[in-house]
Amino acid sequence: MKNKMKYGFLTILILSVSFISLLAQNHKYILRYGADAESGAPYVFQDPKDPKHLIGFEVDLINAIAEDLGMKAVHVQNEWDGLIMGMERNDYDIAINGLEITPDREEKVNFSIPYYLTYEQIAIRRDQEGINTLSDLIGKKVGTLNNSLAERILRAKGGIDVRGYTDEDKSYNDLEYGRLDAVLIDQPVALYYAGWNPQLKLTGQPIGEISYGIVLRKSDTLLLNKINRSIEKLKKSGKLRTILEKWNLWNFMMESYLDDHTESNDPHTAYQEYLATQGQTTTFMTLMKRYISFLPMFGEAALVTLSISIVAMLVAVFVGLIVVLLRVYAPNPLSKLATLYIETIRGTPLLVQLYFIYYALPVIPYIGVRISPFVAAVLGLGLNYAAYEAENYRAGLFSVPRGQMEAAISLGMTRNQALRHIILPQAFRFVIPPMTNDFISLLKDSSLVSVITMVELTRVYNQIGATYFDYLGPGILVAVIYLLIGLPFIRLARVAERKYTYDKRKIIKR
Amino acid sequence: MKLEIDDSQSYLQGDNNIISIKDLQKYFQKTHVLKSINLQVNKGDLVSIIGRSGCGKTTLLRCMNCLEVFDSGTIRIAGITLSRARTEAEVSRDIRNRTGKIRKNLKSPFRKPDEDTELDEDFHIKSQILRTRVGMLFQNLNLFPHLNVLENVVKAPIIVKGESHEQSVHRAVQLLDKVGLKDFIKRYPYQLSGGQAQRVAIARALAMSPHVMMYDEPTSALDPELVEEVLQVMRTLHEEGMTQIVVTHAMYFAKTASDTVIYMEDGKIVESGPPEKIFSNPRDYRTKQYLSSIKE
Repeated sequence: MKNKMKYGFLTILILSVSFISLLAQNHKYILRYGADAESGAPYVFQDPKDPKHLIGFEVDLINAIAEDLGMKAVHVQNEWDGLIMGMERNDYDIAINGLEITPDREEKVNFSIPYYLTYEQIAIRRDQEGINTLSDLIGKKVGTLNNSLAERILRAKGGIDVRGYTDEDKSYNDLEYGRLDAVLIDQPVALYYAGWNPQLKLTGQPIGEISYGIVLRKSDTLLLNKINRSIEKLKKSGKLRTILEKWNLWNFMMESYLDDHTESNDPHTAYQEYLATQGQTTTFMTLMKRYISFLPMFGEAALVTLSISIVAMLVAVFVGLIVVLLRVYAPNPLSKLATLYIETIRGTPLLVQLYFIYYALPVIPYIGVRISPFVAAVLGLGLNYAAYEAENYRAGLFSVPRGQMEAAISLGMTRNQALRHIILPQAFRFVIPPMTNDFISLLKDSSLVSVITMVELTRVYNQIGATYFDYLGPGILVAVIYLLIGLPFIRLARVAERKYTYDKRKIIKR
Repeated sequence: MKLEIDDSQSYLQGDNNIISIKDLQKYFQKTHVLKSINLQVNKGDLVSIIGRSGCGKTTLLRCMNCLEVFDSGTIRIAGITLSRARTEAEVSRDIRNRTGKIRKNLKSPFRKPDEDTELDEDFHIKSQILRTRVGMLFQNLNLFPHLNVLENVVKAPIIVKGESHEQSVHRAVQLLDKVGLKDFIKRYPYQLSGGQAQRVAIARALAMSPHVMMYDEPTSALDPELVEEVLQVMRTLHEEGMTQIVVTHAMYFAKTASDTVIYMEDGKIVESGPPEKIFSNPRDYRTKQYLSSIKE
């Protein structure tokens, strides 16, 4: 029986691995670039008119570079904080997402020559006065992005109550609601998130100097040279300026960097389009239309959530069974190991386990393997829930009276036969309700796998919320979708419960 | 591995002892539960074991079925001989080494009956075969609740003996007819009375074609009016020549149906003999005391 289970588990693993490798076509001429679509305008973000489509000045830039190299640029989603880690894992070849060239980063990775120069910009509420310089921020609550140059500038100044954010839109929200006194973030962000907002204003002189570069692995020197040459070409041909003008990002620093002091008279088409979608009062009908336009994205994400949850639950069910059989019936070293497994998994956060599987496993010498995000998600969730399932099964086994085993043995059955034909079928009935509970719980915990680059429901909700500054409607939508996904499984569990309740008196009426 | 299993049923000739127990000793940790039990049972006999609670009669039965592993002595049942010789010193040393493990195991309902002791493969296989030749009934109606009556009876022959489904169903229906439950084969255990359940349990044990049937207080969990239907089945089996051993508190049954009655006290067989002799003219004062105490 154990063998059958092992094979079942292996088959599932092999199937999911091959499924994934089918999906990930590693074509030679594809330039995979990592960027966080949630980090937003004007870098890489979802087109408010068509959320499935990515736009931004970096999208334009990377497309221009790829075209010059005769390649096709393909976006790979990753959290901004983890962009460099994801590249080290070879999830993509380069990262481009407002990454500032700093000495400590240069120790780990290579930077291309800068493609954009800018500065830090203070934003405050419209009614505030007297904040113009960095020194004015002392004693104030100031929001900024985690791990950014602005954060380092603020901390170096001292005496400032620095609040780190992962999403820039949320820092400006908090400024608007009075939870912050000011926000210091890169100028393009300030322009796109605060500049148009009637409640907020940009103030003060430029602070610091930022240069954005494309990030490459230390080993990819050939690609680095190619990209540097491309950027030089774009600088000379005026293409870089055209892109920046389109997004209203041309500034005095770029003027001197490109040595191009001609008057700018570009209409900033992309910037204007962006402004048109922001801050406007939406009618109920346009809102509904917009929500309906989210449905395909949510549908796709729901499929991801569902497939991760189902495969992970299968892993949990089989691994859990093996673990509990080892724990209860195996001789000592094995049973101790099974107990250790359960205690370790239950005693550490799922988030830590996911990070460990995704980022730490590949770098272990000799045994390190690079696994795809899907497999990592399924393994992380599945192995985690296996510990809980094992304990469920144990409770089920203990609920079978001891006399059952003795009766089976005295009929001449071996312990394994008794286990398989007498004990497990009875234990199974007890285990269905807690197992259903765990599946629903797993369905929700699957939102955690967004940290390892899976684009599932919660991630899509966050992206849409950040694009439209609307967390209410999409929030209700996503909640309904989670409920709808879970319901069929609850019904299924009911049916199974009825089917396996041999004592029909014990069926609890709903 | 070559096992010394006497499969020729030669015990049927010879001395006619289907069960022979010599100097059986059993400890539960530091408690000496069975103190040198010697017992011979002839084929076809119905033997009743009586005695106060805690005297060791249930343990004796469980040792004979290897649900408990005895510490020393020899058991020969239905052609299979099991023998161990652990001295008292070995047992107590063992206890010291294993106290923690035993304590843990006592909590677990999955304790292997023989995992506290070092037993060789030979002993395991022999006790396995022994159990297929001995039918055992428990006090608390251990039918399998997830199977119906018919499935309860056919399960073990199919799994253990590899019988075909038709063959064992055919036999099961015959056996259920014999215990008067032919019309109940589709019922589930929860739909049966205690007496019916115990009769199904008998049919289930008989389906393995045992050479010996053992009963551990088969009627003490039953309502008084249901006791007789179970005892009646045992009387029928007796007439058919089945060797049976009953641990019982039903004195009336012990007196009228047994060939031999054994009185146990404090882990020893105090007295054994035909029921007339034990009940009307016991030799030992302890037997007298016990019998007078239950008459009151």
